[in-house]
Amino acid sequence: MNLNLRHAKTGLLGALALCFLVTLFSKFINPYWLYILYDIGINIILAVSLNLINGYTGQFSLGHAGFMAVGAYTAGVITNQFGQLNAFASGGVFLGALLAGGLMAAVAGLLVGIPTLRLKGDYLAIVTLGFGEIIRVILQNVDSVGGARGYSVMHGWTNFFWTFGLAAVTVYVIASLVNSTYGRGFIAVHDDEIAAEAMGINTTKYKVSAFVIGAFFAGIAGGLYAHSKQYITPGGFGFMQSIAFVVMVILGGMGNTVGVILAAILLTLLPEGLRFLAGVQQIPGVAKMYPLSWVGDTRMIIYSLLLIVLMLTRPQGLFAFKKRQR
Amino acid sequence: MALLQLDKATIRFGGLTAVSELDLAIGNTDLIGLIGPNGAGKTTAFNLITGVYQPTSGQISFNGQSIVGSKPYLITARGIARTFQNIRLFASLSVFDNVRAVFHLHLRGDVRHALWRGRGYHEEEASIANRVIELLEIFQLAKYRDEPAKSLSYGDQRRLEIVRALAAQPKLLLLDEPAAGMNATEKVELTRLIRFIRDKFQISILLVEHDMQLVMGICERIAVLDYGVKIAEGTPDEVRRNPKVIAAYLGE
Repeated sequence: MNLNLRHAKTGLLGALALCFLVTLFSKFINPYWLYILYDIGINIILAVSLNLINGYTGQFSLGHAGFMAVGAYTAGVITNQFGQLNAFASGGVFLGALLAGGLMAAVAGLLVGIPTLRLKGDYLAIVTLGFGEIIRVILQNVDSVGGARGYSVMHGWTNFFWTFGLAAVTVYVIASLVNSTYGRGFIAVHDDEIAAEAMGINTTKYKVSAFVIGAFFAGIAGGLYAHSKQYITPGGFGFMQSIAFVVMVILGGMGNTVGVILAAILLTLLPEGLRFLAGVQQIPGVAKMYPLSWVGDTRMIIYSLLLIVLMLTRPQGLFAFKKRQR
Repeated sequence: MALLQLDKATIRFGGLTAVSELDLAIGNTDLIGLIGPNGAGKTTAFNLITGVYQPTSGQISFNGQSIVGSKPYLITARGIARTFQNIRLFASLSVFDNVRAVFHLHLRGDVRHALWRGRGYHEEEASIANRVIELLEIFQLAKYRDEPAKSLSYGDQRRLEIVRALAAQPKLLLLDEPAAGMNATEKVELTRLIRFIRDKFQISILLVEHDMQLVMGICERIAVLDYGVKIAEGTPDEVRRNPKVIAAYLGE
């Protein structure tokens, strides 16, 4: 499924305006759902940016949560230097902090991108996995950001505008990039590196760029996450988080931006949607001797089962409707 | 002055000398064949020219400049494009995009162009699209433009690979066993195609091929490799009669 990009810039501006409008009315939205919406926006940024690395360029990265952590801590430390600010100043500081977080993550992406020149497939996955773990362990041992206890972020500046506005920017940047003549090089690297090199494509540059760009957006998502939860711990950026993003990319269909967005939404909603199970106490009308309180505990088991069923039935990606075309 | 000049190009892998002191000169619009028994070092010679391997000793120059030490993608940008013995297309990309991807070599704008998506970008993309379609039409592939490359028939894939190489606008085209796996009719077709490409695009072609009939039929000059050493070079007739060549192929 291809995005129609003829009016991409108009679409982006429209999306930003819409996000702004929704933000004005966000106090009418139930806060529980509002925070889930933030999670959705953040996960869209993470999944779409990881899709550039894993999907389009075909480099198996398992370190996306590491990039996210770099961005989260960087942005959090920066905004914590400021006291209460008016709406306008806070917006500026927040944007600056998010960009700084993105840039720091991009530097980390560059560091990870360099080994990718030599490694492929499983080997690369292991290196990126190791990288993510290194970030986590370092954060766990830096006392000035709270170590393993975690770090409080003072300002809850993340709102609908920032999350979905930046998600729109991410989608715009990555879709425009990949669909340009320049960006076909990413997919060429994915399909056949030797042929790509022989066709004048600087494969090294493309692979490293994919990591740097992907990491940049993961860093921004990390900043948004930090200012939404207002409390971050190194453990929150572990290996399992990285896996969750990889699942979104695979479920959406590798290198299918629309599919990956939908998968990010679905996989954020699914565990929340299954929360009703916790309310199941007994079957109405059946005697109390059959308590059903254990049903609530099966939430994550059912979630995992659903994932397995989805993967078995739609290995080409949940949202690949027609023949895969890119 | 020759377009491509190999001067005592040698490559050793450990104790094995795969190509030994190979001299070869290719002029403008030459159509030259490189033949030899299996394992003679033909593909290795290709890989030396395209920068996949670096020569252990000797010199390779293109357009008067040394290309030793250059990365493959830079050599392509200078004007040497190739096809592969076993087809290597960008399988998941469409036929159109396979060719389009190569056009990044001729882009005037950089990434910022693609991100800003201004008028300049759209104009450039439109002109690239036109040129891609033009190329595809010459080779009767335009009707498959939106099909994934992997869905094409074998012969069409071979042709698409040549089109893709031509999109790099090379001065020298290297064809690595283009007739491999083709039947007699397809080979006749291919012969015509290779001549046509040389005349239409005014480029030089170096052909590695097993099929003697094909090579003898179209090449103006043929170099013969055996165990990495050039044992003969000349017109098809000279090579055919050369006792060393006969010995290499048939034994004494």
